[in-house]
Amino acid sequence: MKRWHLVVPLVLFVLLAAFLWRGLRLDPREVPSPLVDKPAPAFSLTRLDDASRTVRRDDMLGKVWLLNVWASWCEACRTEHPTLVSFAKSGTVPIVGLNYKDTRTEGLGWLARFGDPYAMSLFDEKGRVGIDFGVYGVPETFVIDKQGVVRFKLIGPLTPELIATKIQPLLKSLGDA
Amino acid sequence: MIPELGQLALLLALAAALIQGTLPLVGAARNRADWMALARPAAQVQCVLVAFAFACLASAFVRNDFSVLYVAEHSNTSLPLAYRIAGVWGGHEGSLLLWLLMLCGWMLALARFSRSIPAPVVARILAVMGLIGAGFLLFMLVTSNPFERIVPVPPNGNDLNPLLQDPGMVVHPPMLYMGYVGFSVAFAFAIAALLGGDLSAQWARWMRPWTTAAWCFLTLGIMLGSLWAYYVLGWGGWWFWDPVENASFMPWLAGTALIHSLAVTDKRGAFKSWTVLLAIVAFSLSLLGTFIVRSGVLSSVHAFATDPKRGVFILSFLVIVIGGSLLLYAWRAPKVGLGARFEMVSRESMLLVNNVLFVVAMLSVLLGTLYPLLLDALDLGKISVGPPYFDTVFLPLMAPVLFLLGIGPLARWKQAELPALAKRLRWAAGVAVLATLAAALVAGRITLGAAFGVLMSVWIVASIATDLAHRLRPIGPAPVSLWTRIQTLPRPLLGMMLAHVGVAVFAFGVSMVRTYEVERDVKMQTGDTTEVAGYVFTLRGLRNVKGPNYDAVQAVVDVRRNGTPVALMHPEKRTYRVQGTALTDAAIDRDIARDLYVSLGEPVEGGAWIVRIYVKPFVDWIWGGCLLMALGGALAASDRRYRAKQASEATSPITATLATGASA
Repeated sequence: MKRWHLVVPLVLFVLLAAFLWRGLRLDPREVPSPLVDKPAPAFSLTRLDDASRTVRRDDMLGKVWLLNVWASWCEACRTEHPTLVSFAKSGTVPIVGLNYKDTRTEGLGWLARFGDPYAMSLFDEKGRVGIDFGVYGVPETFVIDKQGVVRFKLIGPLTPELIATKIQPLLKSLGDA
Repeated sequence: MIPELGQLALLLALAAALIQGTLPLVGAARNRADWMALARPAAQVQCVLVAFAFACLASAFVRNDFSVLYVAEHSNTSLPLAYRIAGVWGGHEGSLLLWLLMLCGWMLALARFSRSIPAPVVARILAVMGLIGAGFLLFMLVTSNPFERIVPVPPNGNDLNPLLQDPGMVVHPPMLYMGYVGFSVAFAFAIAALLGGDLSAQWARWMRPWTTAAWCFLTLGIMLGSLWAYYVLGWGGWWFWDPVENASFMPWLAGTALIHSLAVTDKRGAFKSWTVLLAIVAFSLSLLGTFIVRSGVLSSVHAFATDPKRGVFILSFLVIVIGGSLLLYAWRAPKVGLGARFEMVSRESMLLVNNVLFVVAMLSVLLGTLYPLLLDALDLGKISVGPPYFDTVFLPLMAPVLFLLGIGPLARWKQAELPALAKRLRWAAGVAVLATLAAALVAGRITLGAAFGVLMSVWIVASIATDLAHRLRPIGPAPVSLWTRIQTLPRPLLGMMLAHVGVAVFAFGVSMVRTYEVERDVKMQTGDTTEVAGYVFTLRGLRNVKGPNYDAVQAVVDVRRNGTPVALMHPEKRTYRVQGTALTDAAIDRDIARDLYVSLGEPVEGGAWIVRIYVKPFVDWIWGGCLLMALGGALAASDRRYRAKQASEATSPITATLATGASA
């Protein structure tokens, strides 16, 4: 009888272990984004709350803004949400939501329940724009400047600390420019 | 002084574990009875030492000894005593100590209840468990010492994570760990079988009650975790496909496959190397679960402790334990043999399908959990996996499981006839279809999912009833009372039936909640009224409440139906003073047919609040089903047959089957 199949579990495990080993070396927050300091990908999406209104990248030119990727099924978004809500209240910068791989009802219901910090949310049902932006997981946050160039990308939830140490100094320098 | 004693106890326990892990193993290989005999006392010594260390840590919590870093991080003088004790496992270091304590509990039980098992087998089993214990002790002592002191001593502690300050969370981790660690017994049996090159049906019979017991604990642990998430996280969900949840669910899936494959090995002597592999996989996944939760390789909302440095140690440990045992498997599995043959249609073949489906389900959960990491490690791109993936992959896999559950237990071993089976089950099928139509009529609307859920639940119960009626039919001329006839049924059979009814109850609850739950978010002021699914909710007022270590806004919500009062509910929004964290404490009115669930969202202008109101039909059936599964498992594990003396068990598996009837 052939015995090669008995080795299959071992081989699978070795592969898995190699990936986990590699995974330990990765800090998901430090994945460099090829997008930083490049123009934001062009997009044309409808608003989450109004399927008849389309928003394009170029509509946003001329102001500094935050793009926050979220979804109603996303656990970490709930953790992040209070931070976003209070940051939005400060009125420092418009925050645009990118509702990623979601449905309109679920997304709107989620906002109604947990509060809506967004100037508007764009509806990316299939996640196509997310792919263009290199979305790695939800939530993610991008800072985009007046010329439409991505200046900063954060993977994972925003925290008050990150806002104070990273986002706000950056916004200040972009605002002056 | 006491913490230092605890640390010393851990060091000594490591020494005992190393003795337990080496000498008996060598003894079993060289047939030295004196070395093998060391296994039991070494295990007992290790247990006493670990229990002592655990008591030392608990005493530091009770005495508010904030000179111990771990206590300072996870406790506070204002924390109620019960939570100070639960705080022992509220963080990483203490969780490990609890893990170890559980391992010791299983070892002690094994040392005590293994008199009927030959000495070399016991020596090998205890040695393997000793090595696992040594690995964990080393991990604690090197990277996560719970007894580390802090200078200067802080005046007060940082408090326990408010999410954990809950009765459910006091019981959940110990149960879950009992299950995780319980699979180490099955694992140790498997390794011992590979080392000894012997895997008889007898061996499977020794292993079965241990595995079933571990599976019961794991079932209860997952159930409690889900129940906890339901009322503490405040948004009424009961399962989120969160990596930490998946980490506990994967060993459960593998363990479920294992207890079914063990049944075949026990009854028919088949599936031998498959059983060994499943035992290794179930425990490996338990270790992987620990790794996922503790290493920070996947971050998640409720991974309470994350530290990548520790991850390196755990991963090395995983590679040694899992890699080593799979290597051993590849090398020695041919020794354990293949077992008896069976036909295409037989109980064996159906259990094989069950096993395949459970393993595939487990792999799909594993893939979904690790997918983002795998793709990123390969630089293939970035992707996120959410509940949509799990729902689409998992549900179709479980559908045939439910269907076969109605047939498998009635099929005969070795060879079954399809026409005969169909004839026996035609009533069950008819009842299931009628019940589904009736449910659709009563509810007024039905979805495909709900129809399928009702159909399968009734199908399973009806098939079990058919089986039971057949087994309980009067035989012979002398009338025997029904109760006497029930008592003659073997316990594993009754346990299996009970657990399977649990599956039906669970499936029913899930399909009802998914289809018929009503969810409403409303802005309410005192005096406002809103109607949800026929219930009228009135916000009577808001008041401030002071808890032992939190302040809360409490709403008083009056619920009426057709004018008659149903419940008075008190949802709270708590702010824990030390950490300043806000927590939603939902109010739930439970009933067998529905839960009313009210939780406070955010305050809005004008003294109004966003109030979330849910009416969840049959949601408690979800946990009730889990409870039945665990009870069924406990009933099966408690069978006397497993504790029978060795002498009476010289019978071959085939005659044993004939003697006890075709039970689980």
